[in-house]
Amino acid sequence: MKIVVLAKQVPDTWSDRKIDLESGLLDRAASEPVPDEINERALENALAFKDENKDTEIVVVAMGPEDATKTLRKLLSMGADSAVLVSDAALAGSDMVQTARVLAAAVEKVGGADLVVAGNEATDGRGGMIPAMVAEVLGLPVLPGLDEIQIAADKVSGEAVVDGGALQVSSGYPAVVSVTEKTAEPRFPNFKGIMAAKKKPLENWSLADLGIQAGPEAASVRSVMVSAAARPPKEAGPKVADDGTAAAQLAEFLATNRLI
Amino acid sequence: MLRITEDQQALVDAVRDFATERIAPHALEWDEQKHFPVDVLAEAGELGLGGIYVDESYGGAGLERKDAVLIFEELSKADPALAAYISIHNMVVWMIDSFGTDEQRAQWVPQLAAMQHLGSYCLTEPGAGSDAASLSTRAVRDGDDYVLNGVKQFISGAGTSEYYVVMCRTADTGSKGISTLVVHKDTPGLSFGPNEKKMGWNTQPTRQVIFEDARVPVANRLGEEGAGFHIAMKGLNGGRINIGACSLGGGQAALEKATAYLKERTAFGAPLTTKQSLVFDLAEMDAKLEAARTLLMRAADALDRQDPDTVRLCAMAKLVATDSGFEAANTSLQLHGGYGYLHEYGVEKIARDLRVHQILEGSNEIMRLIVGRMLVDG
Repeated sequence: MKIVVLAKQVPDTWSDRKIDLESGLLDRAASEPVPDEINERALENALAFKDENKDTEIVVVAMGPEDATKTLRKLLSMGADSAVLVSDAALAGSDMVQTARVLAAAVEKVGGADLVVAGNEATDGRGGMIPAMVAEVLGLPVLPGLDEIQIAADKVSGEAVVDGGALQVSSGYPAVVSVTEKTAEPRFPNFKGIMAAKKKPLENWSLADLGIQAGPEAASVRSVMVSAAARPPKEAGPKVADDGTAAAQLAEFLATNRLI
Repeated sequence: MLRITEDQQALVDAVRDFATERIAPHALEWDEQKHFPVDVLAEAGELGLGGIYVDESYGGAGLERKDAVLIFEELSKADPALAAYISIHNMVVWMIDSFGTDEQRAQWVPQLAAMQHLGSYCLTEPGAGSDAASLSTRAVRDGDDYVLNGVKQFISGAGTSEYYVVMCRTADTGSKGISTLVVHKDTPGLSFGPNEKKMGWNTQPTRQVIFEDARVPVANRLGEEGAGFHIAMKGLNGGRINIGACSLGGGQAALEKATAYLKERTAFGAPLTTKQSLVFDLAEMDAKLEAARTLLMRAADALDRQDPDTVRLCAMAKLVATDSGFEAANTSLQLHGGYGYLHEYGVEKIARDLRVHQILEGSNEIMRLIVGRMLVDG
């Protein structure tokens, strides 16, 4: 079986993340780029299958700036077999549709996959739609937001939480799945894995390698940022003074804001 | 030599992730409860921490001593006492792997390198510390066995470890009459003293190891009869660098805590960082730790290259690093004021843990003796 794991390098979740208001793009100098944690969980699910089925091939695919190789090396050191980074100046500021087109093209160029595994959402953009969009472009079924996943030889299945219940879903191959942080506790890369990772294939592809366009000529299928504004400062919330009806007021507040 | 490579950075990152998640959050509790986390050590073994610079043939990670310096510094930032035990274990595994036959290596190294089995180093005796060549634990040949009698003192991991690498006397010819035996914990005649009550290093047990007519197969001897002192000292060269790196990591953590504290603590209307004398303390700590780091890497490089100057550089690095590390921890404690004296701030633990590094793996007086003798006799 061949599994492609989609990965992303993100600004450190625990540091100050900033948008450059001039360009509308992420200010990459403002925080350290780190592998998104959800990548490792997505990969761990694939590795667990590979532990039992040694002939499984795992390819990690990412789109991002050139220093995203750091993220890919980490995933290789955990046990992925090879990695591809799609990097191109024309991709700066890509929206989700464009990202999905690029990732789908990369999946096709690595020879397709029986299974594509991705995290349900990245910690920076948090759009949460990339896996479904990639599936759409590839014409594959998608099992999104799985809290539990079972990868078997002939099908992938799992459980996704939906409003008021849980959905049991499954699909034959090929398929795309996205997983939540509940699925797997990622392993630590070990020293041997780290030393072996540098010998594993890590390819750098440009848009020309993929044969697709992403700059202004692709404007019909991508959105373009026209302006950016800083996040407004946080405002104090309403205060509830307890005149004997505090509990009712609190419940009302939560209900109004659809928090309960 | 002193620039950290990308590979080394990746190793350090992996150790930091592991130590931050699995060790640091529990270090104070383990210290307080004198808990030896063998489950966490087994996880450390999966990472490759059980045989860092042990050959890959039987399960070691096959890294260099320079890598080990970086690794032990990072581990020790989370918990100097557990890092120090791991350093001792590595010394033991390396000794077996380096001086054992292929058969012995195949028998013992894989599970030790994975830290499924733990190892202890038994040199010191109640009456023989710095003067190690005067040790009196005796092994008398009887057929295919040695019959072992004597007591080993201050043994890290004793009672928990599966294997004990024991220096013992097989002839009355001083340092030339010492041999090395690998003794399994279930050997009849082997017993352990109570867990010593100590100032620090509480997360690892320290006990006497007692041999009373313990029969150890001759097949468990590392190297030739009489090679034991040489083996013990070879192990200690690397052991000194490792324990120095553990002091460096503890000292670095203490410096970082002190810096953060001076920034946030206000007195006389301004943050403590406005008091130049206190900032000078930080600068002094930083400079001495950096000097120690540099010397440790130089010694590790000498050991990697089998440089003839190895013994001298290892002794100097151990001396400088363990003194600098303890001084940094003690200064950090002072800078934290009353909070530094409280367990929950984690500074006094570093000072307690690092204090013993000036005493063991050859006391710092012995380090001066090694360096001084070379000057005078050379």
